Amino acid sequence: MSDPILRLEGIHTDIAQYHILHGVDLEVPRGAVTMLLGRNGVGKTTTLRTVIGHWQARAGRILFDGAEITGAKTPDRARMGIGYVPEDMGIFSDLTVEENMTLAAATGPLDPARRDRIFEAFPPLRTFWRSPAGTLSGGQKQMLTIARAMAEERRLYLIDEPTKGLAPAIVSTMAGALRDLKRQGASILLVEQNFAVAKALGDYAAVMDDGRIVWAGEMQELATDAGLQERLMGLSMEAQ
Amino acid sequence: MLMRLISGDRPRSAILTVVLLAIFLGLLLAPFLFPGVRSLETAARISVFILLAASYDLLLGYTGVVSFAHTMFFGMGAYGVGLASQHMGRGFGSLIVGSLAGAALAAAFAFVIALFSLRVRAIFFAMITLAVASAVAVLVSQLSQITGGEDGFTFQIPRALGPANRMGEFMGVSITGKILNYYVIFFTSLAFFLLLLRIVNSPFGRVLQAIRENDFRAEAIGYRVVRYRTIATCISAAMAAVAGSLFALWLRYVGPETTLSFEIMLDILLMVVIGGMGTIWGAAIGATLMVLAQTYLQDLMGSAAEATLAVPMLSRLLDPDRWLLWLGVLFILSVYFFPAGIVGRLRAGR
Repeated sequence: MSDPILRLEGIHTDIAQYHILHGVDLEVPRGAVTMLLGRNGVGKTTTLRTVIGHWQARAGRILFDGAEITGAKTPDRARMGIGYVPEDMGIFSDLTVEENMTLAAATGPLDPARRDRIFEAFPPLRTFWRSPAGTLSGGQKQMLTIARAMAEERRLYLIDEPTKGLAPAIVSTMAGALRDLKRQGASILLVEQNFAVAKALGDYAAVMDDGRIVWAGEMQELATDAGLQERLMGLSMEAQ
Repeated sequence: MLMRLISGDRPRSAILTVVLLAIFLGLLLAPFLFPGVRSLETAARISVFILLAASYDLLLGYTGVVSFAHTMFFGMGAYGVGLASQHMGRGFGSLIVGSLAGAALAAAFAFVIALFSLRVRAIFFAMITLAVASAVAVLVSQLSQITGGEDGFTFQIPRALGPANRMGEFMGVSITGKILNYYVIFFTSLAFFLLLLRIVNSPFGRVLQAIRENDFRAEAIGYRVVRYRTIATCISAAMAAVAGSLFALWLRYVGPETTLSFEIMLDILLMVVIGGMGTIWGAAIGATLMVLAQTYLQDLMGSAAEATLAVPMLSRLLDPDRWLLWLGVLFILSVYFFPAGIVGRLRAGR
C-alpha cells in the first residue's frame, strides 16, 4: 500500500489503569474506505479516539499524511483535516442544527454549495435547520453528527458506528450518505458492526482483537472467505 | 433596530417579555416613578447587580465554569475607582482611569488563574478561585494604609454627580446630581449588559455553549477549549470590575464588606441560578428579585406580622427579624419549582 493518509505504528494506549491498545499497526489508504472490524471491546473506538487525540498514545507513532501527530492536541489534529464522528450522537443539543453546522466549519464560513449537498443527503436537516438539535430524533441526530463532519473538506474521516441502534430506513440513508462521501474520493476509517453496510462500503478492512490488528487486507477477500471471518471474528458475514 | 440591540436574543415568552419590559421601564423611570432615597438606592443596586450577575452567567451559564472569585473582580473595579478618586482627586478622569485600571487588573488576574487552573478539573478551578479570592480579601484588610482595611474608605466623586448639584425640576421631581449619577450607572450597566448579550449570541458565544455541553466534541471539531474558557473568564472578570466601579461610584465608599464578601458571591450565584443559567435575561430577573427581596421583604413581613397579630404562632413566624429564614425558604422553593430558573421555566411554557 503506497503513501497511506494515516499510519499507526506500534500504538499502545492506556485508559486509566487499563492497557487497551497493545501495539496497533494500521495503514489507512488515501481515497478509500477502510473498515475497522472486530468484536465489542477489542479497541476499535479507542483506536479512533487515539487518532483524534482524545486518548494520548503511551508508545508508538501516528503519522498523518506523512507528518507525525502523536503528541499533537485534538484541536490541532482536527484543523489538520481529521473529521471525527463519535458513536454517541455527538451533537450540541442546546444549539440549533444551523449553529451545529456553522460551528463545525471551524476554519471558515459554511459553504452554501456544501450545505445544499448535505441537505440532499439528509433532507430532515433542511426541515429542522433552525430547531434546537436536542429536539431531533435519534436518527436525525446521527445524520447531524455525520453532516457536521462533512461541513468542511476533511482529509480523513474517522467514523464510529454510524448505524448503531438506528431503524433500517435510516441505516440506508446513512449508508447512502457514506457512499456519496466515498464517491467524492474521501479517505475514511470506519468502525461498523453492520456487516451488510461494511461489505457494501469497504475497500479495505482491518480486524482487531485484544487491542491489536490481527488481519488487514482487501474487504473483498474477507467478505468472500467465511472461514476467515469465522476465525477472525467468530462469525460469518453470510449469516448477516 | 431593537432586535439588533438585543442581538436577536428574543425573550421567547410573552410573560418574560412583559417582566423584562417592566424591569427596564421601572429602572429607566425609577427617579420619577418611585421618588425617594431608598427606592433610588434600590434601583441603582439592581442596575449594578444585573450587570454583575450577567457577567457571572457568561462564566457559569455559558461556559460551565464555576468560579468563586467574582466578588474579587467586583472589588477590583470598586477599589480602582475609590483609589483613583482618592489619589488623583475628584473628577471624571479619575473615574475612567480607576475603572479601566480595575477592569485591566481583573482581566489580568483572571488570565493568570485561568492559565494555571482551567486545564484541570472544574472543581480544581473552583477551589483555586476560592483560595485566591480569600487571599485577596485578607490582603485588602491587611493593607489598611492603602485600602482603609476592614473599614474601607470614602471618597469624593465629581461635583456634577453629587446631591448638591441641583439642575431644576422635571415632572415634579427635583433633578440633582444624584439622579444624574443614577443615570450614569443605569446606562453604563445597560450598555455592558447589551454587550454581554452580543457576546453570547456571537459565534464566540456559540463555541462557549458547545464547550459547556461537551468539551471533547468541541475540541474534536477544532476549538481550543482552554483558550475559549480563558477569554470568557477574562471578559467576565472585566465586566464584574465595571459593575464594581459603578457600585463604588454610587456608594462613594469602598470596603471589603460591600464589595469582597463571600455573602455577595453567594448572592450572585443565587441570582444566576434563580433567574436561569445560560440566559443573560435570567440574570436580570434574578438580580431584580434578589435585591427587591433583600430590601423590602423585611418591611413586607412587618406589615404581615401586624395584620396577623390575632394569630399567635403565625405573627411570630412573620416577625421581621426572621426575614432571612423566609428569604431562604423562598430560594429553596424557587429552585425546587424552577430547576431551569425562571427564564427556563417561562421559555418552556409551563
